[in-house]
Amino acid sequence: MDVITYLIPISLFLGAVGLIAFVYTVRSNQYDDPEGDARRILSDEWDDHPKP
Amino acid sequence: MGAVTARPQPAAACPGCVVTPTEPVRPIPKDVQLALSLPTIHCQACISKVERALNAVPGVQSARVNLTLKRAMIQAEPGVRADALISVLEAEGFESHELDAGALSVTGSDKAGRELLMRLAVAGFASMNVMLLSVSVWSGATDATRDMFHWISAAIALPAIAFAGKPFFESAWSALRMRRLNMDVPIVLAIALALATSLWETALSGEHAYFDAALTLVFFLLAGRYLDHRTRAIARSAAQELSALEVPRALRIKDGAEQEVAVADLRIGDLIRVRPGGRMPVDGEIVEGQSELDRSLLTGETVPVYAEPGTGVSAGEVNLTGPLTIRASAVGTDTSLHRMADLVAVAESGRSRYTSLADSAAKLYAPGVHILSALSFFGWYLYSGDLRTALNIAAAVLIITCPCALGLAVPAVTTAASGRLFRKGMLIKHSTALERLAEIDTVVFDKTGTLTKGTPDLTNLSDIPREAASIAAALAGASSHPLSRAVTQAAEAAEIDAVAVADVTEVPGFGSQGLLDGKTVRFGRAAWVGAEQGAHTAAWLSVDGAAPVEFRFNDALRPGAEEAVSSLMASEKQVVLMSGDTTGAVRALAERLGITDWMAEALPQDKAARIIEMTGQGQCVLMVGDGLNDTAALTAAHVSISPATALDAARVASDIVLLGTDLSPIAEACDVAKKATRRIRENFRIATVYNVIAVPLAVAGLATPLIAALAMSTSSITVSLNALRLR
Repeated sequence: MDVITYLIPISLFLGAVGLIAFVYTVRSNQYDDPEGDARRILSDEWDDHPKP
Repeated sequence: MGAVTARPQPAAACPGCVVTPTEPVRPIPKDVQLALSLPTIHCQACISKVERALNAVPGVQSARVNLTLKRAMIQAEPGVRADALISVLEAEGFESHELDAGALSVTGSDKAGRELLMRLAVAGFASMNVMLLSVSVWSGATDATRDMFHWISAAIALPAIAFAGKPFFESAWSALRMRRLNMDVPIVLAIALALATSLWETALSGEHAYFDAALTLVFFLLAGRYLDHRTRAIARSAAQELSALEVPRALRIKDGAEQEVAVADLRIGDLIRVRPGGRMPVDGEIVEGQSELDRSLLTGETVPVYAEPGTGVSAGEVNLTGPLTIRASAVGTDTSLHRMADLVAVAESGRSRYTSLADSAAKLYAPGVHILSALSFFGWYLYSGDLRTALNIAAAVLIITCPCALGLAVPAVTTAASGRLFRKGMLIKHSTALERLAEIDTVVFDKTGTLTKGTPDLTNLSDIPREAASIAAALAGASSHPLSRAVTQAAEAAEIDAVAVADVTEVPGFGSQGLLDGKTVRFGRAAWVGAEQGAHTAAWLSVDGAAPVEFRFNDALRPGAEEAVSSLMASEKQVVLMSGDTTGAVRALAERLGITDWMAEALPQDKAARIIEMTGQGQCVLMVGDGLNDTAALTAAHVSISPATALDAARVASDIVLLGTDLSPIAEACDVAKKATRRIRENFRIATVYNVIAVPLAVAGLATPLIAALAMSTSSITVSLNALRLR
């Protein structure tokens, strides 16, 4: 049963990582236009470089 | 995104603010942020086209389309005006309306929605972790391991629920303080009881803990809350800020000089200058100038009225051709416009009479659950004499009956239905609008601006000699009068070039004249060119010495008007036309659309009275209107729709806003609303069935945390899937 002492902290840690990642996406406005973002990948106008 | 407009006026909701001259907005010394509503965009090609067109306009720094909100946000230099961008988009084939960016920036970030989303995320991640531990317990962990898992679950669940459940705690507390019960009271009670008994059980190394149930409960309920919020936030932000850029200012003439003052500062007896295109700020009498007045927003009349010194004017009328000076006879709340707005306050709103399906379900549900849980507590306490067993069972009953599915039943359906209607160009502003729309059996239409565009169309171009048409086009090109614009458009469409006419001048109130080959040519009112005025809306062209040529006009139908009326009739709804316009014009339109029940020259009071009378006879009325003269009727009706071009006051009074010019979605909206209500009722039934199966188990003391989790998740998921069938 020793394995539990590793696994439980790991599962809690992974959960926390997921939560923090989600909070980051909310804060950076990534859910403002789900429909538009889904369609923008079809655009022919792409950038080769990030905008300066 | 640093610069935000310093535009001081929020969306003007009061009809008094409508009465303002359309003055250019003062230049703002910062970059401006403009927002446009784009009701017709729907795909990637539209996004690229709009962004490319907008970015090509000089002065625009960046333009980004939000397809979910059907909106474009534009960052531009101070000189860029929204009208210019709207005409650029029109050339590309996109309809657009300006949104008040100043007011949008408040709702843009949507703080409340973001907060709900955070709480939802915390509840979701915490419940996943706790569920992981619970599964190990259910699959056979015992003794010290089980206790440890329970303690870890408690350590996650308690802070997570304290954070995520805050909206429920607050709402339940405020309901209890008012000595009322709402849906949140049983929810909070269930959560609190579940946590308390689970902690107690854990401390005594008991077998059953409900930490996972409490967390999933919060998660599902928050999901419902968030969906509900999102649907309404989109509608609210777009509908209420669809406001024209009208600044409540007027030009007062004092000692011969014009001076800009706020409309509120005008006094009786002041002389006010109203430029062509401006609105009358007050009631009064014309003392100088000749022009024509557009009264359609107040009365529904389409034909402009000739105005000269001595003519009385009412606040809200639009001056069309020449500059006017008026002497104020009534200002502020005494204007006829304000009296009309007061009618709205008097008419009892259809909204306030309606109890939503969710509310009536909650009224039955909340007391029932409490009684059931209390009964099982006392029953078990008397039977076994053990407080711990009795409390455990009471908690299980509360958790299992907890309205997860009920909390999702309505928002899941309204989100799906509003989403579908939004894609068709309709904004559902009010939360119970769909339910009310499902009940209607009578549809009342306004004429001018609703069934018709409110702008004239030239109808007899084919009967007019080409030469006459090209002279008229030349004369009309110099004027912004609605009839002149109709001639210019028709000539462009028929590819008739305007001949070169010299010295074109506009004679306000009469028409335009000029010189062609030494002869005077005139295009305007019948009396002015020496012709006989007929029954139609018409303008006449006279070339010196020749007989005048008649140009007839008709108020153009809105696209989709015929389809909307015929499909509403096909679904056996009574369709009524009510207008303030003349009998002839109303009859002609009614015959064209096949409407047998019509009412002409109706005053605003008449419209509202007729609707109240129909309501009294047990009919549920849908009112579709756009003008100030419709606001009372819109408020009195069971449910109301107004087009995006309507006045602020009318849009505020209505439950649903049509974003596009097309009217045909109205009939579809009725169908969708009916389907949505059916789904809501189905969802209630599904939720009840789950309760009927699970509650006896809970009362009998057979429910385990596993059964609670299964019942809760399956009912919530079935309800959401059922709602998705609407899309």
